[in-house]
Amino acid sequence: MTMIQALRSALDVTMARDAKVVVFGEDVGYFGGVFRVTEGLQAKYGKSRCFDAPISEGGLVGVAIGMAGYGLRPVVEIQFADYVYPATDQIVSEAARMRYRSAGDFTAPVTIRMPCGGGIYGGQTHSQSPEAFFTHVCGLRTVMPSNPYDAKGLLIAAIECNDPVIFLEPKRLYNGPFDGHHERPVVPWSRHPLGMVPEGWYKLPIDAASIFRPGKELTVLAYGTMVWVAACAAEETGIDAEVIDLRALWPMDLETVLASVRKTGRCVVVHEATRTSGFGAELAALVQEHCFHHLEAPIERVTGWDTPYPHAQEWDYFPGPGRVGEAFKRAMEA
Amino acid sequence: MSEYPPLRLHVPEPTGRPGQATDFGYLRLSPAGAVRRPAVDTSHFDTQDLSYALVRVLDDEGQAVGPWAPQLDAATLERGLRAMMKTRIFDARMLIAQRQKKLSFYMQCLGEEAIAVAHSFALENGDMCFPTYRQQGLLLARDDVSMVEMMCQLMSNVRDPLKGRQLPVMYSMKRAGFFSVSGNLATQFTQAVGWGMASAIAGDTRIASGWIGDGSTAESDFHTALTFAHVYRAPVILNVVNNQWAISTFQAIAGGETTTFAARGVGCGIASLRVDGNDFLAVHAASAWAAERARRNFGPTLIEWVTYRAGPHSTSDDPSKYRPADDWQRFPLGDPIARLKAHLIGIGHWSEAQHEQTKRELEAEVAAAQKEAERHGTLLDGQIPSAATMFEGVYEDMPAHLRRQRQQLGV
Repeated sequence: MTMIQALRSALDVTMARDAKVVVFGEDVGYFGGVFRVTEGLQAKYGKSRCFDAPISEGGLVGVAIGMAGYGLRPVVEIQFADYVYPATDQIVSEAARMRYRSAGDFTAPVTIRMPCGGGIYGGQTHSQSPEAFFTHVCGLRTVMPSNPYDAKGLLIAAIECNDPVIFLEPKRLYNGPFDGHHERPVVPWSRHPLGMVPEGWYKLPIDAASIFRPGKELTVLAYGTMVWVAACAAEETGIDAEVIDLRALWPMDLETVLASVRKTGRCVVVHEATRTSGFGAELAALVQEHCFHHLEAPIERVTGWDTPYPHAQEWDYFPGPGRVGEAFKRAMEA
Repeated sequence: MSEYPPLRLHVPEPTGRPGQATDFGYLRLSPAGAVRRPAVDTSHFDTQDLSYALVRVLDDEGQAVGPWAPQLDAATLERGLRAMMKTRIFDARMLIAQRQKKLSFYMQCLGEEAIAVAHSFALENGDMCFPTYRQQGLLLARDDVSMVEMMCQLMSNVRDPLKGRQLPVMYSMKRAGFFSVSGNLATQFTQAVGWGMASAIAGDTRIASGWIGDGSTAESDFHTALTFAHVYRAPVILNVVNNQWAISTFQAIAGGETTTFAARGVGCGIASLRVDGNDFLAVHAASAWAAERARRNFGPTLIEWVTYRAGPHSTSDDPSKYRPADDWQRFPLGDPIARLKAHLIGIGHWSEAQHEQTKRELEAEVAAAQKEAERHGTLLDGQIPSAATMFEGVYEDMPAHLRRQRQQLGV
């Protein structure tokens, strides 16, 4: 399966298992979504389970919270992560705090899916990685898969989770893995083992990292597209990097991260999002706090620049294997 | 030289500022009984005139007149009067408790008691209200809600059902159809629509009732709620409580000048009413009409309740700095308790003596509840929920980082 098919399968499986699961968003119903993730669901489950919505992100999330208050499990699609901001009040002030403020009287088991990330010539408003806005919010879970197998297992886990989940989907990975070499043709998921996705129900833990590439010399903390870029940089530099795919950004699997850094003594954090106050800052701080005596070198961060995401300068902006590899070398030489 | 005079920014002002008298001529009032009552399956278009008029039942003599006069028995009306009196006495008592620093903050609904109380009488168990912080009448009208529990929330004491996490008055009571109150204005208006949509998805017969003030209609969620309610024909009552004031801001600055909030509903394709919010009978009749519409799948109704915020915005507010001190006395729609009392006396089911007796009973009841609540602590005496509970309920299960932080606090 592609990541798109895997996500669709996750929705299909959960909708079939639980009548409380409803799916809606802009162009999500009849048309099946601008990225085809919800294709066929309305025909199969009917318009009351999968439907089109007005162009109102605050409305999508607001009604989803009300539905959750009733007892449904809404799965909302924000067409691009770049357009989630009008829903910020409902996400931050309402969904994230519903359980806490009502002492469990009401909860908000809402899943908010949104395609994110760059590398597709999406320019300023089709490329952003806003995860740090959400990892900062107590009460939210923020998740990002890097391959079809994880995408399905994590989305099922997100929908079944009783906490609100921000589910970020790197659209650059929708059709195939991407290591940052934009000059090469895209390899489809059908030719990759992680494109082998079971048809039925399975789920992954919603707070567990995976070791994407085992290694001994340094630890790379990455998620989404940058997992592939980091693995590529390891091959190209010959540095035996251990690439950890966080999968769950927050709450996160700190134990896996700390065990790796204590083993390697070096750490490089990689994300597409802008640098300052990005999620990488939290990762670096946690590693520094917990692994200070094991560190052989300063923690490196390879990120997007502190600029809006440009169009023409896509590959100067996107942290490709070249820039990531340079950081590996700096970490090894320190 | 331009042929046009210079443009000028228009900034609305209330007619009455401190030391002046408000000219209430801006209120579009209709005589009691004058406004027609359409069938519950009416189209939004057919409510256009109603959105600029005012549904009223009780006339100046306290008689119920016109097509909206509900067929309520005297016992129900007495129960309504009692609930309004209870709400006002509760508010007065809690205001004093705040001044005594037994609670940090309070918000009265003085003058607005009829809206929440009569509306709650028109709903059924299982329906869900999405209130603001000024609909305590929805809870106090119910015999199955304990005032002690409400006061424990206000005092953030060891019996506070919200474990001291919430500012006073931000109640949550699912079992009483009272959704968790948020400090963020208007958010619940959209959530109410979603709850109604969920009831429709589930094939249920329960309905939602969303609440918002005049000031908060300027928030984007107001418009969002109307759009979604209309698009999905959600079984929801969208209540706009126009009490003329948003803290110090007159309703004209919220967009009320030369128009009505009910008219917004019609513009969005929603049947809309504008109702005398100080007329218990009109509130009940309009609420029942809207509830019936929703329950019969005819879709949402928007109701603008015209009332007056008689008290300060909150215990942190001093209205004498921005409006006339005698404004409520001059408000043309009067006091909801006085009006229902006059009606009940007029139909021979109430008396001044009964009123005084009831007042004394309720005062004693509220005082006893306060005494009971204070036994579980107040903000003053430090009998608050443990600091360890502060870390609970952020997530369903406590993640590792919160367990570490709790340990750091040593609790």
